[in-house]
Amino acid sequence: MAGIKNSWKKFIEEENSSAAKTNRHGMKILYEKELSDHLNSIRFRILFLLLAVIMFIALYGAIGSISSAAQSTDAKTAAAATSEFIFLKLFTTSGSNIYSFSTFIAFLGPLVGIMLGFDAINEEMAQGTLNRLAAQPIYRDTIINAKFLAGATAVAIMIFSIGGIAAGFSMVATGLIPTGEQIARLVIYLLLATVYICLWLAWAEFFSVVCRHAATAALACVAIWLVLTLFQSLIASGIASLVYPLTGANAQMNMLNNYQTQMAWNRVSPYYLFSEITSILMNPNVHSTNVISIMESQEGAVASYLTLGQSMLQIVPHIITMIAVAVVGFAAAYISFMRKEIRA
Amino acid sequence: MSRAYAKPIIRTSGLSKNYGDVQAVKKLNLEIYPGEIFGLLGPNGAGKTTTTLMLLGLTDPTSGHAAIDGKDCTRNSLAVKNEVGYLPDKVGFYPSVTGRENLIFSGMMNGLAREEAAQRADELMERVGIAYAGDRKAGTYSRGMRQRLGIADVLMKKPKIIIMDEPTSGIDPQGTRELTKLIRELADKDGLTILISSHDLYQIQAISDRVGIFVKGKMIACGRIDELGAQLRSEGLYIFDFKVERNGENIWTDAFQKSIRSIPGVKLIGKKVDGSIHVEANRDMQKELVRLLADQDYVIREMHQSGGDLEEIYRRYFEQAEKEGGENSGSSKDGKQRRFGRNKEQLEKIH
Repeated sequence: MAGIKNSWKKFIEEENSSAAKTNRHGMKILYEKELSDHLNSIRFRILFLLLAVIMFIALYGAIGSISSAAQSTDAKTAAAATSEFIFLKLFTTSGSNIYSFSTFIAFLGPLVGIMLGFDAINEEMAQGTLNRLAAQPIYRDTIINAKFLAGATAVAIMIFSIGGIAAGFSMVATGLIPTGEQIARLVIYLLLATVYICLWLAWAEFFSVVCRHAATAALACVAIWLVLTLFQSLIASGIASLVYPLTGANAQMNMLNNYQTQMAWNRVSPYYLFSEITSILMNPNVHSTNVISIMESQEGAVASYLTLGQSMLQIVPHIITMIAVAVVGFAAAYISFMRKEIRA
Repeated sequence: MSRAYAKPIIRTSGLSKNYGDVQAVKKLNLEIYPGEIFGLLGPNGAGKTTTTLMLLGLTDPTSGHAAIDGKDCTRNSLAVKNEVGYLPDKVGFYPSVTGRENLIFSGMMNGLAREEAAQRADELMERVGIAYAGDRKAGTYSRGMRQRLGIADVLMKKPKIIIMDEPTSGIDPQGTRELTKLIRELADKDGLTILISSHDLYQIQAISDRVGIFVKGKMIACGRIDELGAQLRSEGLYIFDFKVERNGENIWTDAFQKSIRSIPGVKLIGKKVDGSIHVEANRDMQKELVRLLADQDYVIREMHQSGGDLEEIYRRYFEQAEKEGGENSGSSKDGKQRRFGRNKEQLEKIH
């Protein structure tokens, strides 16, 4: 107990030392500068505009397909379309020839993270400002901490304003009023979308430390993004059928293992993780992300809604994994930055 | 001098830095006193920048210590960075904001309020002579303007000490003169201690109170320029440059060269591009030289003895360092031969 007390005292002392205060002040100034740089950059405006346009188109498509389904003569389709959580459905339903809002976020979100982070350090180095910045009275890690925090704030601002506009637009366009639970689910969804994008921001900053040229860093990030979002499912199914072939004598026996292997490999990709989070969170009718979900749909389970708490329980592993990958990315960026030679 | 009694403000002891197998800085012991301009002179890759980075705590030394104003540069780098302004080689600014905004940002990083920083930025830009460009984007600045802005930037934090890395490289002569004057003023009027590293010996000679010559990570000589000159002469290098005439004929003949070489102690003779003759000897043979020239009916137009200026010192110490390097790999005789060979080569280049 005394040990804890002492170390707490020491911690407080260190935090109140003049060096720590100077450093905190520098951190604040640098954070403000980085954030205003982000918000004023052409890059940020283009991304914002792009997401806003896509959001309107996606919502327009969703409204169209839901209203046509609701007017359907088939009672089952109509009932499904006009469920209790129809407001959330606007975000996950795709139009006749356009993806849904949530698919766009999952697909293009990483691009936002990459665009805001890929030149964080190497650009400073190229323009010769890094050693000048490092000579200011701040600790070295303050530079990368402030940059990441500013990037994360910019991402949060972007996602929450796009999400807010989307919610407002759908309320006006459809006349639907979201319930408290739907609002909570939407807010949690936007929060997790921010975490998902920050994961990519962290890795982009890692590459910005490691690669000397911003273009190299950007290409490396985009390559990884393409592989993980577009090709990971192919890789996963390839590996699964290699290990548990679905042809030959053991085909029936291998079915479950094959499915689970494929699933595990798919989950390597943050894109897949986030897609699962989206489907659980935005559709309370989805009960599980594992093999049970297929069985249910085949066996005709009773349509019942999970409560928000139960839905969250389903995606806790996903959230933890995403945060862990983001933390590992930032740690990699942090360590390589601390070991980097500052000289130009 | 009162300086001799003052406590050094920058002090390093046994400071070393290795990059893998390469020793960038070898056991550096340095003392710099308040209010002086210390020139760190050495060729590229001698370890000057590494030394300055270690002083700022931006690179950790492999062994040894450095302290500025009694604060350890590695452990207490924040306090050091509070007092020391650093003007890096090829200083850069955020290109998309104005020069003034760049300065204000630096000021705010150092704890000034925005208004205070803006006021100080205006004053300093006036002082370094770029007030006219304060509202232009820093990306449009020329090299010389960036360097001036760099000095203003360093002064934003009201430093006690300024460390400058190649402050005038790549700047035209006029700009160099003005910058030199400005830097000199900072030491004389504001009482700042300044450490300048450069490979340009004229720059260092024009500006420094004391000089340290740095070769291959080692400081091979340190002291006031006149002290270094005296040190050199006592080691026996006498250099004469003279111009002679005889009836308008070409004086640079084999016979002429032979007769000069016949003076005991002459090691080297050569002809410079302006027609003057360059003689190096290991003893003072001025009288014999003049007598010999007079005997042969030459008219001496001008003659001066050098050896005390930094160029000689610089070259001399470089040669010594090279020779030492040569001794490590081969016999000392080889090193000596190479040294003379190099001298000739240099003179031929001047031709």
